[in-house]
Amino acid sequence: MPYQVRIPTPLQKFTSGAATVSCKAADLPALLQELSERFPELRERLCEADGRARKFFNIYVNDEDIRFLGGAQYRFQDRDEVLILPSIAGGGD
Amino acid sequence: MEPTMSYALELRCRSCGKTFALAPQAGCDECFAPLEVHYDLERAQRELRPETFRSRPANMWRYRELLPLPALPAGAISTTQLQIGWTPLQPAPRLARVLGVRELYIKNDAVNFPTLSFKDRVVAVALENAQAFGMKTVACSSTGNLANAVAAQAAALGLQAFIFTPADLEPAKIAATLVYGARLVQITGNYDQVNRLCGEIAQNLPWGIVNVNLRPFYAEGSKTVGYEIAEQLGWELPDALVCPMAGGSLITKIHKSFQELRQLGWARNATQIHGAQATGCSPIATAFKRDQREIEPQKPQTIARSLAIGDPADGSFALDAIRASEGACEDASDGEITQAMRLLAETEGIFAETAGGVTVACAQKLLRQGRIRAQARLVLVITGNGLKTLDAITPALPEPVRLPPRYRAFEDYLSTFATATPADPVLV
Repeated sequence: MPYQVRIPTPLQKFTSGAATVSCKAADLPALLQELSERFPELRERLCEADGRARKFFNIYVNDEDIRFLGGAQYRFQDRDEVLILPSIAGGGD
Repeated sequence: MEPTMSYALELRCRSCGKTFALAPQAGCDECFAPLEVHYDLERAQRELRPETFRSRPANMWRYRELLPLPALPAGAISTTQLQIGWTPLQPAPRLARVLGVRELYIKNDAVNFPTLSFKDRVVAVALENAQAFGMKTVACSSTGNLANAVAAQAAALGLQAFIFTPADLEPAKIAATLVYGARLVQITGNYDQVNRLCGEIAQNLPWGIVNVNLRPFYAEGSKTVGYEIAEQLGWELPDALVCPMAGGSLITKIHKSFQELRQLGWARNATQIHGAQATGCSPIATAFKRDQREIEPQKPQTIARSLAIGDPADGSFALDAIRASEGACEDASDGEITQAMRLLAETEGIFAETAGGVTVACAQKLLRQGRIRAQARLVLVITGNGLKTLDAITPALPEPVRLPPRYRAFEDYLSTFATATPADPVLV
């Protein structure tokens, strides 16, 4: 069963303008693989040379950082809402 | 004529090196990494001398060439007209004796103007750029001090401000935001969730979010803490410095400022840069202690709410700065934080907020461990004012004494002290 992945505005030029993409990969490594295959230009933005997720963006599942859900071990569920967001900011004090 | 133009050249990606014009942008469009302002330091070397600054007004704008300050549209009020920075570098001999260090100074941004935290520095640079970019509405995600600084300066410049904070902000920080007429939006979540929302807002609205799409400019304001320390020490750098860490930006920029001064040949010595965090939110200190490069996010649980950022955007750069300078990291528990706040106040007359307690407590640990040498010239960076976090310190303070207005009652009170000499009772 598919779930929705929201694509950040700066990357929508690589998804033909699509703001959300329906995916069915089981986990994060598979999701990066699926997105890379469907949108080849996304690959180098999202992945390091070894295929792992780049450091400077975060993945959220239903508003929770995927790293708190087990990261690469997390299995996506039906109707999950996945958000890809650059990890800018952070200097609140 | 004295040069007044900024020597800022361009934005450069901190990870892949791609360059961009000086314009609002949160991160690199290739790899998402943070961007950094680069300067024409060769020109600075030709045209500026340490003595150049001596005759300038005592505020952070004395270093204007080394900040990204664009020309403003006609009619705009410049933040450079605000009195910000050049806070005291106070010698702290009594605290030095307690901590066991030869020479100690407090860089006291608890008395930075206008809102009593170092955030006034960064906001001033951000809002100057917001105006140059034609932005009418500014915003921030904040744990409090930044909220106060954006709200106050936006009011002074006639800009609209939206402030996004976690819902559990300290009462003083709420009042000190609302009073300026800013729209305060409390989000039911922690700072990292507020921050994520602001990241999405920045993608959809033409606002200047100071710590998102204005972040490269904003962060540069922190360098003035480092320049001031160097100039106040007679263009020498301290042997060691302890700085609190939330997102990791301040410590990274102090390191950058010291590097620039060495590049310019104005200062020579090496400074060990040490990072301080609250134990209840210590993603950077934890990565340091485990000798990891990756920072694992945490769910903050600490009274040092101004440092409660579980996913620090500049955490990896802070680690780089600490390791490159041969510094270290420590963290302090809630009890250690309030104890250290009292120690700083009782020995040096400086009332810092919880983050200041974190810095003092961690400095004490680093000295005990020998990470900071007892012979060092040490600077502690105090970033915010204790009056803003009264709720955290009040439970740790003794009750005041209450007496009737009669001298006899006062005499009875005095007799409870260790010595019976009324002229100089020994407080115990």
